[in-house]
Amino acid sequence: MSFISLLWVLLLGSLLGLELIGKVPPTLHTPLMSGANAISGITMLAALTLIVKAGGNVPLLIIGSVSLGFALFNVVGGFFVTDRMLAMFSRKPSNKK
Amino acid sequence: MNLPVIIKFVIDLLAVLLLALGIKGLSKVKSARDANRLAAFAMSLSVVGLLSYYLGTSGIAIQSWIWIIIGSIIGSLFGAILAKKVPMTSMPETVALFNGCGGMSSLLVALGVAIFPISNSVENLDFFKLLINEVSISVSIFVGAITFTGSIVAMAKLQGWLSTPGWTQSKVRHFVNIVFAVASLIAFFDLINGNTSSIWLLVIVSSLLGIGVTLPIGGADMPVVISLLNSYSGIAAAAAGFVVDSQLLIVAGAMVGAAGLILTQVMCKGMNRSLVSVLFGGSLSAQSPASSGSGEYTNITSCSVEECALTLEAANKVIIVPGYGLAVAQAQHTLREVTKKLEQNGIEVVYAIHPVAGRMPGHMNVLLAEADVPYEQLKEMDVVNPDFPATDVVLVLGANDVVNPQAKNDSSSPLYGMPVLDVQEARTVFVIKRGMSAGYSGIKNDLFDLPNTSMVFGDAKKVLNDLIGELKDLGVGEK
Repeated sequence: MSFISLLWVLLLGSLLGLELIGKVPPTLHTPLMSGANAISGITMLAALTLIVKAGGNVPLLIIGSVSLGFALFNVVGGFFVTDRMLAMFSRKPSNKK
Repeated sequence: MNLPVIIKFVIDLLAVLLLALGIKGLSKVKSARDANRLAAFAMSLSVVGLLSYYLGTSGIAIQSWIWIIIGSIIGSLFGAILAKKVPMTSMPETVALFNGCGGMSSLLVALGVAIFPISNSVENLDFFKLLINEVSISVSIFVGAITFTGSIVAMAKLQGWLSTPGWTQSKVRHFVNIVFAVASLIAFFDLINGNTSSIWLLVIVSSLLGIGVTLPIGGADMPVVISLLNSYSGIAAAAAGFVVDSQLLIVAGAMVGAAGLILTQVMCKGMNRSLVSVLFGGSLSAQSPASSGSGEYTNITSCSVEECALTLEAANKVIIVPGYGLAVAQAQHTLREVTKKLEQNGIEVVYAIHPVAGRMPGHMNVLLAEADVPYEQLKEMDVVNPDFPATDVVLVLGANDVVNPQAKNDSSSPLYGMPVLDVQEARTVFVIKRGMSAGYSGIKNDLFDLPNTSMVFGDAKKVLNDLIGELKDLGVGEK
């Protein structure tokens, strides 16, 4: 991938992000923040790449592994906690009587 | 193009699409929960895509598998446990912690690549590519470090482990932060010049910058800061995407970065604060040392729980205004019991939710939903404001600045222009509060001086418990 095309990817990705969130009811600010936060843990892919390409370099393997741990802590925790919050909203209508 | 490349391309494309749909769906109540799961699925899909690509091309060594498994098990396990255990009241600091760890991850990847140049060994790169490589490593480290230390400071402040040190409110802090910023710039150029050891300088000063910028910010503005740091962690991920040459990472990171920025702006609007004043203005109370709040209270009426119960019993319509204090006292369940009793007596009960009630926009909705308050009873500010004149009793529980009429009447007040709930329009207002201390803003609340306002002093949970007892004695809700 050439640098220029990566820059295009960056630009289009940013524009997409700006467009996606138009009107958000205040109720959803906290869950949305938490869900977006989980997605930012996508760096786990970078950590994985690092580990795979490390070969026999043990310090690098360890750095990659710690990085992967941090990222997955972010991803797994983030999605679970968002689900917990959202479960409270969606429970209402069905569980009422 | 061979098969593994094509497969990875298709999977990446699909993952981006699903992530975008996920973020989109998260902004609507109906679709939010499914959207969250969709995003989680997209993330797992992207991992499958990446691993299958390497399996199909270079292969993955046993040693790598071991470290992958160790890292993912430990990280996921801690994340899942924390997410299940943490009480709903500590949601903001939990999000901050998760966010900080995402930043840390980007930082470590960049650091790893910088110390041990991998992939298509550095000698093969021409000058231009080398430059890009070093710039993206620096950005990833810089933003990652700020995200990490900033989030940790934000978490510690919300938990009450860290207070705002006095010196951070003086002008000195700007000088200190400028020094850190300049130092990171020097380290950055030094790094590009080929001096690899300056990477440590970059790590240290950008970490310090993260602390220096977050520390002076007051608790009320913390949600905005967390949202901004969330946006940063997206940028850090995108930078890490440049480091390891991954388009998926760049798209997803950029998406989160941009969406986070928009969300930050929306939150600022709800609090009537500009992003600039949040970041550089210091804490609001320090900024305006009781400027318009210097006035003493002249007409405070205090009343007992018993009187409050009597008035409630005679009411037809009651509006509850819950605030941060309610969350701190963990009184939302007790509150629900009180309102149940009132409802059983045929009294109409509605909750008025200010956009920034609680500690984070939407936080109060989550807390009340947890206490089984029906969703239909939660009314947003614009919807409920016209109802106050026709309301008999308003119960203000641990809210302060959001019910301050100064925001509408007094153009010299720092609160002026902030959207507030017009509780003073109601026939009677009860404010349940521990003492006469000011709210976040440190500003006097004119509401307390009004003739139709009575103060009920005490811890919200204790007062509500007493209220249940009094209502029982009156025979309310005994059917």
